[in-house]
Amino acid sequence: MAYLDKKARQIFLWEFVQAFLLSMRYFFAPKATLNYPFEKAPQSPRFRGEHALRRYPSGEERCIACKLCEAICPAQCIVIEAEPRDDGSRRTTRYDIDMTKCIYCGYCQEACPVDAIVEGPNLEFSTETREELFYDKAKLLANGDRWERAIAKNIELDAPYR
Amino acid sequence: MPRKLIIDGKEIEAEDNLTLLQACEQAGAEIPRFCYHERLSVAGNCRMCLVEWVGAPKPQASCSLQVKDIFPNKDGTPARINTNSPVVRKAREGVMEFLLINHPLDCPICDQGGECDLQDQAMGYGRAAFHRFHENKRAVEDKYMGPLIKTQMTRCIQCTRCVRFATEIAGVPDLGATGRGEDMEITTYLEKAFSSELSGNVVDLCPVGALTSKPYSYTSRPWELKHTETIDIMDAQGCNTRVDTRGRAVMRVLPRLNDDINEEWLHDKGRHIWDGLGSQRLDKPYVRKNGKLMPASWADAFATIAARIKATTPDHMAAIVGDLAAAEEIKALKDLMTRLGVPHLDCRQDGAKIGGGSRPTYLFNSTIAGVDAADALLLIGCNPRWEAPVLNARIRKAWLNGPLKIASVGEPVDLTYPAEQLGTGVDVLNALADGSHPFAEVLRSAKRPMLILGGGALARADGAAILAKAARIARETGMIGPAGTPAEGGWIGFNILHTAASRVAALDLGFLPAPATDENPGGRDVAGIIEGAQKGEVNFIYLLGADELPLENMGRPFVVYQGSHGDTGANYADVILPGAAFTEKDGLYANFEGRVQEAQRAVFPPGEAREDWAIIRALSDVLGHRLPYDSLADLRRALVADLPQYDKLGQVPAWEGAYPAVWNAVGTDGVLAADVPLGQAIADYYLTNPIARASKVMADCSRELLHSDETKQAAE
Repeated sequence: MAYLDKKARQIFLWEFVQAFLLSMRYFFAPKATLNYPFEKAPQSPRFRGEHALRRYPSGEERCIACKLCEAICPAQCIVIEAEPRDDGSRRTTRYDIDMTKCIYCGYCQEACPVDAIVEGPNLEFSTETREELFYDKAKLLANGDRWERAIAKNIELDAPYR
Repeated sequence: MPRKLIIDGKEIEAEDNLTLLQACEQAGAEIPRFCYHERLSVAGNCRMCLVEWVGAPKPQASCSLQVKDIFPNKDGTPARINTNSPVVRKAREGVMEFLLINHPLDCPICDQGGECDLQDQAMGYGRAAFHRFHENKRAVEDKYMGPLIKTQMTRCIQCTRCVRFATEIAGVPDLGATGRGEDMEITTYLEKAFSSELSGNVVDLCPVGALTSKPYSYTSRPWELKHTETIDIMDAQGCNTRVDTRGRAVMRVLPRLNDDINEEWLHDKGRHIWDGLGSQRLDKPYVRKNGKLMPASWADAFATIAARIKATTPDHMAAIVGDLAAAEEIKALKDLMTRLGVPHLDCRQDGAKIGGGSRPTYLFNSTIAGVDAADALLLIGCNPRWEAPVLNARIRKAWLNGPLKIASVGEPVDLTYPAEQLGTGVDVLNALADGSHPFAEVLRSAKRPMLILGGGALARADGAAILAKAARIARETGMIGPAGTPAEGGWIGFNILHTAASRVAALDLGFLPAPATDENPGGRDVAGIIEGAQKGEVNFIYLLGADELPLENMGRPFVVYQGSHGDTGANYADVILPGAAFTEKDGLYANFEGRVQEAQRAVFPPGEAREDWAIIRALSDVLGHRLPYDSLADLRRALVADLPQYDKLGQVPAWEGAYPAVWNAVGTDGVLAADVPLGQAIADYYLTNPIARASKVMADCSRELLHSDETKQAAE
């Protein structure tokens, strides 16, 4: 009996039909893939993307050159130099991140006491040359200005869990 | 009488004169503290050192409780002290809570962050998840304390270490506290600078970030710095220091502990010199062409020198060693000049009439630690407050602790302790020597009398006569005692206070004019060299970092300047050979006690600059007189072969026997110029050498602390 059953399946190409039905099901089912540059996946507010240096609403830069991010960075990709600004406040004269060294662990934003350095939601910052990935203070501040709304939103969303 | 105590279950015997805190440390217990400091008086106001004395109603402040006041239990068993019980913890947590009530939480922008006592101890005793202070925090206006100390007085926890340092150690009671309780403020009263040469030490003493270093402010963090243990060469005391570097830059200089030399203090010049190490540097060789100094290669520079030396004869050549040279390069230059046959060598830029005799005749024989034991002191033409500020603090300490009678011959200055002024004329030395002066009796009746001869007395035309007179005073008043250290019962009270770090090594190596013989008139000293240059009798001068010379009235000899900074010497040079500063080379320095210490390299010299001994070695090859050492180790071996004591780093030389013969031959008897008053060896404490003159911080100090009146007048 089992022999007949097997032969009948072979004759009627039952497995082929099964496979065809499966592919048809997925053919008409909604797609999981995204049409990437035009469609994007949802992101966690904790997403760790491109770095940015933020400012206070008054326009004053947040970073106070405490160098905790530089100290904690496991890849040692942050370089900071500081000196008193003309008004006597503690500010950086140099804030460099080597994005080719960075491992995006997020320790820098964890260490920052003033939420100045953050890893924003941006993940599309590939460049054509290596040198463009050596970020300086101006670039990081510009990032902060560009992404401020998204970053502030993310921080606000994550705040209840901290 | 030792007393038994049980500290944390461990029975120890503690001496009566200790405080309980010291006894606990002997027992191996660590006691947190803010106001207590080993070298300052006990204040007992921070309450962080509380311990539990079992049976006592309250926790006790261990820093101010003396062991002799701790009585045993009624049954005769020793008192029990707990340093880590729940009672102690609770008490200390309470104290910490009070301290943090008014302390701002600005560690990220505080320069003390990372090396802060309060930060560290808050990790142990702070209650992070717990705060009940909802009122406003206290805020205090910042005070002005001069160009070296930056204040952030809101951070102050009122331990008063700085006030005690100023009044006790520095002897300049500029700092004080006003107000009571929460309103207490540390201030300089009149918004004036803290005018002590030791002011930088309050920055180290401050357990929080209230007082921080102004030149260092915000530049780096303690964890970024590489530490190099070295010595200071801004004066001849050889204070032990730690140079902190980041990358290729020296970021700060801190003192190291050495009870025999500097205890734990460092003077302001040694501490804040570092910004001068980065400016005005000579970083490539220069050769003067058509009256202008042009950058050149090492080969060009050497060839220019060689051509010039070929064109002249050795008796028209001279070499002068400056104040910051290490023993190695002095030895190399001496060897080279000896090979060339040059007789005119000198290391005494200030013209001090000293050297040539046996070693004790130009050393500080009592030793720095020996000052503690002295009971009478005669200063001759000496202002230790400027010539060696840390030694001055030591003298002040001896004056505070014991019956030390001090008298001074020379310009009256504020030494921070009272000194009987015997006049500015040298004729008073005659009276002291023949015993007719009342202070001679004081010296004679003292057990350990000492005299200190300063640069102001020796750098005079009659310096040799003053030296001989001082030696006679020493002999007549019993300053020359038996051999050995004061602890062993020995005593030599005859002391020379040098101000140049290189001086003792150069004298040891005999970098002095060649002695005159029958057929040979001998070498010229510094004054002779300058005079000879004027007359055209000296037409080649090699300056090894020598910048304190009156080069402007020298005529036009060919000058080779080897050194680290573009200063007077480089201005007049025809060839400049860029050398290394003291933080950039390993070098031996003998301090004024004759103690040999090593300065370690912390960073590399800038640009094409090289270590000085190597420059002289390379030049010797070009001149065809190759010096027989190819490495620093070889050179050190040759140095030790000449001077065995240079192998014993950090030790004071031990003298044995044959004293009268030594002391009778000091100086030359002569007439003292009584109408010339004894002057100061140093015109401006902050600007004594090329590195200091290149430092902006030192210039600020000089302007604000020494010349503020003139500046104000000019402004008006």
